[in-house]
Formats: sequence, C-alpha cells, structure tokens
Amino acid sequence: MSMEWYVVLSALLFTTGAAGILVRRSPLVILLCLELMLNAGNLALIAFSRMVGNQEGQVFALVVMVVAACEVVIGLGLIVALFRRRLPLDVDELRELRG
Amino acid sequence: MSATAWAWLVLLFPLAGSIAIGLGFRVLSERAAGALGTLAIFASFACAIGALAQLLGEPEEARHHASALWDYASGAGLKIELGIYVDPLSVFMALVVSGVSALIHLYSFGYMRSDAGYRRFFAYLNFFVFSMLLLVLAGNFVLLIIGWAFVGFASYALISFWYRRATATAAGMKAFVINVLGDVGLVLAAILLFRELGAFDFGTVFARAPEQFATDEWTIVAICLLLLVGAFAKSAQVPLHTWLPDAMEGPTPVSSLIHAATMVTAGVYLIARTHVLFELAPTAADIAAFVGLATLLIAGTIALAVTDLKRVIAYSTMSQIGYMVMGVAIGAYSAGLFHLMTHAFFKALLFMAAGSIIAAMANEQNIDRMSGFGRAMRFTAAGMLAGSLALAAFPGTSGFFSKDEILAFATERGGMYLVFTVLGYFGALLTAIYTFRLIFRVLPGKPCPEADELMRTGHVAHGEPRNPANGEPEDTDVGFPGPEHHIAEQTPSMRVAMGVLAVLAIVGGLIQIPGAWHLLGDFLAPVFADSHFAHVHPSAGAEWVGLAVGAAISLLGIWAARVLYVSRPELPGRLIERFGALHRFLVNKWYFDEAIDLLVVRPALAVGRFADRVFERFVVGGLVGGAEGTVRGAGGVVRAVQNGFVRSYALLLVIGFAGLALYFLLSGS
Repeated sequence: MSMEWYVVLSALLFTTGAAGILVRRSPLVILLCLELMLNAGNLALIAFSRMVGNQEGQVFALVVMVVAACEVVIGLGLIVALFRRRLPLDVDELRELRG
Repeated sequence: MSATAWAWLVLLFPLAGSIAIGLGFRVLSERAAGALGTLAIFASFACAIGALAQLLGEPEEARHHASALWDYASGAGLKIELGIYVDPLSVFMALVVSGVSALIHLYSFGYMRSDAGYRRFFAYLNFFVFSMLLLVLAGNFVLLIIGWAFVGFASYALISFWYRRATATAAGMKAFVINVLGDVGLVLAAILLFRELGAFDFGTVFARAPEQFATDEWTIVAICLLLLVGAFAKSAQVPLHTWLPDAMEGPTPVSSLIHAATMVTAGVYLIARTHVLFELAPTAADIAAFVGLATLLIAGTIALAVTDLKRVIAYSTMSQIGYMVMGVAIGAYSAGLFHLMTHAFFKALLFMAAGSIIAAMANEQNIDRMSGFGRAMRFTAAGMLAGSLALAAFPGTSGFFSKDEILAFATERGGMYLVFTVLGYFGALLTAIYTFRLIFRVLPGKPCPEADELMRTGHVAHGEPRNPANGEPEDTDVGFPGPEHHIAEQTPSMRVAMGVLAVLAIVGGLIQIPGAWHLLGDFLAPVFADSHFAHVHPSAGAEWVGLAVGAAISLLGIWAARVLYVSRPELPGRLIERFGALHRFLVNKWYFDEAIDLLVVRPALAVGRFADRVFERFVVGGLVGGAEGTVRGAGGVVRAVQNGFVRSYALLLVIGFAGLALYFLLSGS
C-alpha cells in the first residue's frame, strides 16, 4: 500500500474533526472531534515514520497520546463539573469570557 | 585670638541664637527668648569689636585674612570653601550690621512685648542678622550668594510676619520675588566670572581679573551689569525698588532692620567689594551711578507726596541708598560706606521714633491725622528730631558730613560727574523738605485726640486694630502688636536703644572731618589701595566749600518746609490744586507698580493664559488624547474578536493554519 492512502485517510479524519469542532455545540462531541484530530495527526506521524524508516515519529505519536489522555481527563472533568452545576451543555451558551 | 576667629564668632552667635529660640520656643519664656536673641547680637557686636582691635594691631598691608572651615566642593579645578574673608571692609560692615541690629533687638524687646509671635519674631530677627553677617563676611561668591539668598528669605519671613494680614503676605511675596530676580543676576555673574577666571574666591578673582579683562571688554561689562541686577534688587534701586515701600507692612522694628542695618546696604557693599571689577568696566559703573542718581531723585519726589509715616521714611531710605550707590559707583568708596554707616544710625532711629508714634496712634500711620506729639511724647520727638536733622544734613550732624563727602568726590572727578554734584544737591534739598514736612506735621500744633489722651491720662490710645493699608479689621491673635501698644516714654529698652542712636546720629559724622582727620577713610584705605581712585581726594578747601553749600541747601530746605507746613499751611493745598496731575503722579509713586504690572506681570499672565488655552489644550491635550484614542480604538477591534464563542476561536485558528499551510505550499512549489 502506498503512502498516499495513509495521508489521505489522516487528512480526512483531521478535516472531519475540525469540521465537527466548528459546527457542533455539545462540549462532549467537541472533545471527541479533538481526539479525532489528534489521532489523525498520530496516523500521519506513524505513516511518515514508516516511510523514513526510523522510530522517531512513533515516539512522537506516543507523546501525543499522553497529551490526548491528559486533555481528555481535563475536558471530561470540565464537562462533568458543568453537568453537576446544572449549567447548559452548550459551548455557545458559555460565553462569559467575551471581551 | 586671630581676627578670623573673632569673625567666626561674629557669625556663630546670631546663628546659635536663632536656632536656640527656634527650637526651644516651648521651653523658653517670652522674656527669655527676647533676652537671648538680644544678647546673641550684642555678643556678636562684641566679637566684631574684637576683630577690629585685632586688625588695628596689624600692619596695614597685612590686614586681610581668609579662613575656611572646610571644603564645600573640590576637584576638577573647582575649589569652594566654606570660608570667610576678613579685611577692613568686612569688619566695618560687620560692626555696622551687628551694632545697629543689637540696638534694634533691644528696641524690639520692648516694642513687640504684646505680640503673640514674640519668640518667632526673635528667631527670625536673629536669622536675618546672621544672614547679613554671612553676606558681608563671605570669602567667595558662593557663600556670598548663600548669605544673599538667606537675607531674601529672612526679609520675606519678617515682612509677612503678621501673616493673617493679606497685604503683609502680598508684600512679603513681592519682596521675595524681586529679590530672587536679583539672586539670578548675582548667580549668573558668579558663573560668568568662574568661566572666565576659574575661581570663586575673592582673592583669586580680584587678582586675576585685571590680567584677564581689558578695560570695558564686553564680558566684564556683562558681569558687572549682572552684579548690578543683584545689587539693585537688594538695595531697592529703580526699577527694582517697588518692594521696599510695600515692605512697610512688617512690624516697625523690621522696617528699621531692613532699612538701616541689613538688606538694603547689601548692594552698596557688593559694589564696594567688587570694585576691582567695576573699575575694569567703567560703563557699568557709570550706569550704576546714574541709576543711583535717578533713584535718589525719584524717591525724593515721591516722599514729598505720600502721607504714610513709614512710607515717607521708606522713600527717604531709597533716596539715601541712591547716594551710596552713586558714591561707590563713581569711586568714592569710603565716602559711600561712611554714608552707609551714618544712614544706619539715623534711619534706625527714625524708624524707632516712627514706631513709637504709630503705637501711640493705635496703629494709625497717616501723617495728616497726627499732630502735637512734640509735647505729648518729648523723648520720641527728640529722637525723631535728631534723626531728621541728620537725614536733612543739618550742619554738624552725621548726615551732613557723609553726604557732602560723596558730592565733593563727584566734583573732584569733574566733567560729566558734575551732573551728580548738582542733582545730588537738588536731592539734598528735596530730602530736607520732605523730612521736615514730616516733623512739622507730626510734632508741633494742637494735639490730635490720641496725643491729647496720652498727655492728659498717660495712657496709650486704644483703637480697634485695623490694617493701616486698607482699613480692614485685624486679627489680634497674630495681628498688630497685641492689644497693648508700647511707646518709648514708657519702655526703658526702647529709650536706651533710641538714646544711643540719637547720640550716634548727631555725632557719628565726626569721625571724618575734612582737613582734620579721616578715621574711616584711613581704616578702609588698604581695601581700596588698588583702586584707580585711591589718590583722588578732594582738597580740604573744596570739601569745606561743598559743606557750606550743603549747609545752605539743608537750611533752605528746612526753611521751605517751615513756610509750607507751618507759616502758610494753606499753601500745600493750593499747590496740590494747582499741580493736581503732578501730585497724582507722585502719590501714585511715578506709576512704577502700574508700569511693572503692564510690562511684566500682564505679559507673563497673557503668556500663561495662551499656554493654557492653546498649548495645553491642543498640543498637550492632542498628544495625550491621541495616544489614548489610538489605544482605545485598537482595544475595540481586539475586543470584538474576543466574543466568547469557542467555536469562532476555533474557526480563526483553522483559518490561520490553513492560511499558513497555503503560504508554505505556494512558496515551497
């Protein structure tokens, strides 16, 4: 299988994620889409690592996974906190920080 | 003890007195503060005599000593010492200043007794004397300027002594501002001298100046003119004189101190001290002489018209200082300083007598309301008469010898300087007339109510305390010498001070008698030995002729005053009617205040208003407002982006990254 397919799949996943973030209002879905984008990046890293023939890209992918895990922990924590304080689960409603 | 050690003690006592009274006012009783202040000045006078005795014991050429306590600044070719210079001139000045000041302190001890600010008064008074002594004993221009500025401050503090009186605070500010103008001139002169000669101390400056400057070179003329600005401001010469009559707002002993012993003589001293420079710049010296002449005539004419007792005497001071400035400017140094000394005696005395009369009049100063004090207050009247005789140069009195010595010197120099002789004698005529106008108004005649009360009951009149300048009621908490007034007849300390001065005013002239002896001239000779005029001496015969003319003019003036104010009392009124415009011109003091207001104050105010309306509003306001507007506008744009929608942030990110990616793609291919 040639490289292009990996990269195309990765780009598709990334675009799906980005589009999801831009159009959806539920913080849970946005979090999912973020994960999707990170994993699209991971896929590209691993594919390129295979192509170049060394393992540095894979190490990077591991690091990204760790970051993603941390991000999920915090993101889910925030969502649970929102839920428990009976705040709307809608990012457009949560806009107190506007300038 | 060396002369310089005595001189340091001369400085120490008034300073110590001022500090002790100023800090110890809670501990010291009023009596003790007054006594301490008075004793400090007497001690200072005693030390000045010590310095004199020491100097007289030395050979004439060796009678100059410099002494320094420490270096004020040193390095890079600059050396300023906290040093004094003791020579016959400074010792003479220290003697006059401390001697007359001591008597004025003694007078104040009684005169100010009921004043609420008694201790404050003596602290200021001691500081004033210290400043003046510092000025005359200073050994370099820096210390001279310090003393000069201290004198200005002390005069401010004392003129506005009754600080609840609006006119007094205004007069104090006026004196201070005009004096600061003089300080600026003096500072600039000192800086120019330093630039040219590289030194501040008198010895070096006066030794190098003749080598450095050609006669009448523009630099030395500029330096001398700047020195003159300082001298004119302190010595109240035209046109910087307007503060002096206003300074009458202060207590009468202060007027006495400013006019007789300290302050106004500083300009005369400065010219005498820097005579080396003035002889290199004859143009500047001539300007000084003409200003002195103008001042003596202008002040003499104003004194004919004003009706305020103290202001008449104030204008007579200006006039007499005009003689002194003229004298030292034309090279008659010892004559000018001789007049300085005799003037100190009789002017201090005149102010003391005036203070006593004003107290008896319950703070009324208008001479038109006074009469009959000759019988009501015999001692004061005698003192006033003695002072007036000396001021009018009555034959045999001190003013007679000193004034004519200046004029005889002017005659001796001849040529253009004859103008000074002729107009100087005319000024002497004016002096005699206005002086005896005062005497004939105040002393003889039917006693006015206050004098009558004093004569019948022995009580000093009580009046509602009012500001003599504008008639406003006074705040007696700090106002006019308390509820009680003190007159010389009932106060021993005032009598002693006036008695001593009366004797000096009459006989003080005997130290210089033409053809017989010149005690003062001989004593001061070493200081002026390097002068071009050291060997210009009017012959004894010429001096006696001058004295005869002076005597005739003095008697003529007194006779004229007698005709005007005693034998034909309706005449002044008719003259005023006939020459109404001239009288108004004189009463308004030649409109000097108005002219200064028009030429200086109003333009300055206009510039200020212009700066406020145009510069402040448009330039400064535009800059500040513009900067603020830019920040606010930029902030608005940035704020619009921060709309709180997470997804729009994400969109911006995506667009940004897409843009970046596009850029790299396009630039890579």
